[in-house]
Amino acid sequence: MNLKPETTEKIDKLVPRYPTKRSAALPLCHLVQEDQGYLSNEAIEWIAQRLELEPINIQEIVTFYPMLRTEPTGKYHVRVCRTLPCALAGAYQTCHRLEKELNVEVGHTSEDGLVTLEYVECHADCGRAPVVMVGEEEYTDIDPDKAGELAAKMKSGELSDGMPD
Amino acid sequence: MSQNGTVENVTINIDGQDVSVPQGTNIIEAVKMVGKGKEVPHYCYHPKLSVAGNCRMCLVEMGMPMKDRATGEAILDEDGNQKIGWMPKPTIGCATNAAPGMHIKTNSPMVKESRNGVTEFLLINHPLDCPICDQAGECRLQEFSAEHGRGYSRFIEDKNVKPKRTRLGPRVTLDDERCILCSRCVRFSKEIVDDDVLGFVDRGTYSTLTCYPGKELENNYSLNTVDICPVGALTSTDFRFKMRVWFLKRTNSICTESSVGANTEIWSREGKIYRITPRRNDAVNDTWMTDSGRALYKAVESEDRLTHYTIGGVHKTPEDVASAAVDLLKGGDVAMVASAHSSVEEQFYYKAIAERSRAKVSLVSHYGEGDGLLQSEDRTPNLRGALLTGLIDQLPEAELSPLARGINSGAVKTLLVVNEDVTALGISPDLLSKVKVIYVGTHTNDTAKDADIVIPSLMVFEKDGTFINQTFRLQKFKTAVPGPSGIRPDFMVLEKIAAPLADEKPAAVTLDEVWQRIAAKLESIQDSLTWRGIPDEGIALEPGALVELPFAETKNLKYDPVAFKEAQSAPAGA
Ligand code: SF4
Ligand code: FES
Ligand code: FES
Repeated sequence: MNLKPETTEKIDKLVPRYPTKRSAALPLCHLVQEDQGYLSNEAIEWIAQRLELEPINIQEIVTFYPMLRTEPTGKYHVRVCRTLPCALAGAYQTCHRLEKELNVEVGHTSEDGLVTLEYVECHADCGRAPVVMVGEEEYTDIDPDKAGELAAKMKSGELSDGMPD
Repeated sequence: MSQNGTVENVTINIDGQDVSVPQGTNIIEAVKMVGKGKEVPHYCYHPKLSVAGNCRMCLVEMGMPMKDRATGEAILDEDGNQKIGWMPKPTIGCATNAAPGMHIKTNSPMVKESRNGVTEFLLINHPLDCPICDQAGECRLQEFSAEHGRGYSRFIEDKNVKPKRTRLGPRVTLDDERCILCSRCVRFSKEIVDDDVLGFVDRGTYSTLTCYPGKELENNYSLNTVDICPVGALTSTDFRFKMRVWFLKRTNSICTESSVGANTEIWSREGKIYRITPRRNDAVNDTWMTDSGRALYKAVESEDRLTHYTIGGVHKTPEDVASAAVDLLKGGDVAMVASAHSSVEEQFYYKAIAERSRAKVSLVSHYGEGDGLLQSEDRTPNLRGALLTGLIDQLPEAELSPLARGINSGAVKTLLVVNEDVTALGISPDLLSKVKVIYVGTHTNDTAKDADIVIPSLMVFEKDGTFINQTFRLQKFKTAVPGPSGIRPDFMVLEKIAAPLADEKPAAVTLDEVWQRIAAKLESIQDSLTWRGIPDEGIALEPGALVELPFAETKNLKYDPVAFKEAQSAPAGA
């Protein structure tokens, strides 16, 4: 596993803070995913070993939480909120527009690897629904037209991928 | 626990009846103790595993005697009895331990409704394929659904579709649709075998039991998960679709794989064995057994079974071979290679034969690696029997070189071999041809092929008898299936050899009579013990001085050599 030194440092600090190593499983999943973009089998096995667990114990967690991914995302990771306020404000139309413009089905990564488009639950900015996240960047009040503009900027590569560096 | 190691009892009230149960007993076990077939239905709870509390089938109502919070005094009703404060919601019995004065209702309307509700939920996505399911007939879900199900479904949506035949390991196949996610199999693998390969992936209705990619459920205990799966999700790949369980006859038996002597049940029909499962014995094997032990019955039908009494390769009657054997044995210069696979009764006879023909007895060890659970280092079921019957007085040898020297020097002229291939133990075929050989055994081998007299013997599944296991526990096994046609139980033929050697007339003995003789003769066995009197769960014998022998077994599930020795030397009653 090729983890960034900062990640390893964070992990080494984190693990001893729990009375049993097992309790650090979920935070470790997040840290490794942040580092790697997703949790490969290699990553799962690494975490298990780090916490003196069996890989299946980590696999259970990874498949349980939708925030944890087992496959890499496209360059842009687009998450459209569809919880009630956003849904009422037209999140589904927003998403359909993105699907069409980016030529990708929601829940999938486009063939060219440019975008991964997903529905998620509340981003906690319901007052400015519909809310879309690209990477860690938040875009609010995204009606279908604004969604079209976002899509165009992704295709041209102007848009930041929203990933902290 | 109190200081002298005994558990104190507490009195609780179950459905209006006071019962006294050991402290720490949970409600499922407490209700079982009431008897009369009373049971709290449950799926995920298993007496030998940790409590998970996930199936919610065991819901009961619970109340505690009411006390005034300020003064701590009991609150009484009009009749002067202490009032019971019932909890407003039901509670799971598996995770509730008996406490003094606790009241439990196992049959109230609320409890019944809870069970009905849980059953309805469990059946929502269940395929209801009982007609083709191996578990039918021994399925807890089927049984409880008959009692607590509604008989028709209110569910109009499509059911979940999941894989029907996932290979979890070489011997276990998973039908995912039937799994009720009780996690018994997961806990078993982790807690008992320490092989944590199973787990649930995904969420909600998609939850699926699986092994981590690249791993398999392949430990030697994997088939126990099939036994404890309360539904038909985990099935034995070998037994799958072979036979309906209600057609099968169950016979108590003992596993012969090692000196552990796991208690088993043989499932057979019309003389054919279909499977072997463990039988609970908390002093021996809890509720488990090895996969390898379950496969031993396959040798019953193997091609190389000995099926005829022969002299010089010619078929004879048992009487003929017995008298031919007597003639040889009377000729003197006899040696015997005895077996720790023989039953106690047979060993008792071999001892008599050895005494009467002044034979020197050797016994060869069959040691392997122990797994620390239910497969001990000694891969024979009855070494302690050979010692207690006096057939041998020291631990077995690794091979037979002293015997080989005896044959070479001409000191041995007749060799009685029981179930061993001596040609693999230091006696070359050349050497063997120098002596007359009487072979007694279940299967043929190079020794049997050259033997002058062959006496076929029955396998453990085909006869009655007893073994003495690593903790000197006398355990009995019963006839599950008939042996090859015409083959008599070993002790009957041995009687025909032993009696004439002492110039007696052979009697038509039964096992009861053999046991009268054994009980009268052997010191370590109580005179009053009869064959019928040996309980199904076995009986602990006094090892006496034998306990000092350096036995091969190391610590395993129910045996700790050091603790065992200490317990034997401690004065009785302490
Ligand atoms: S396979 Fe059987 S034992 Fe394992 S979780 Fe499912 S129902 Fe329970
Ligand atoms: S509902 Fe979409 S951000 Fe809260
Ligand atoms: S047996 Fe109690 S919850 Fe399953």
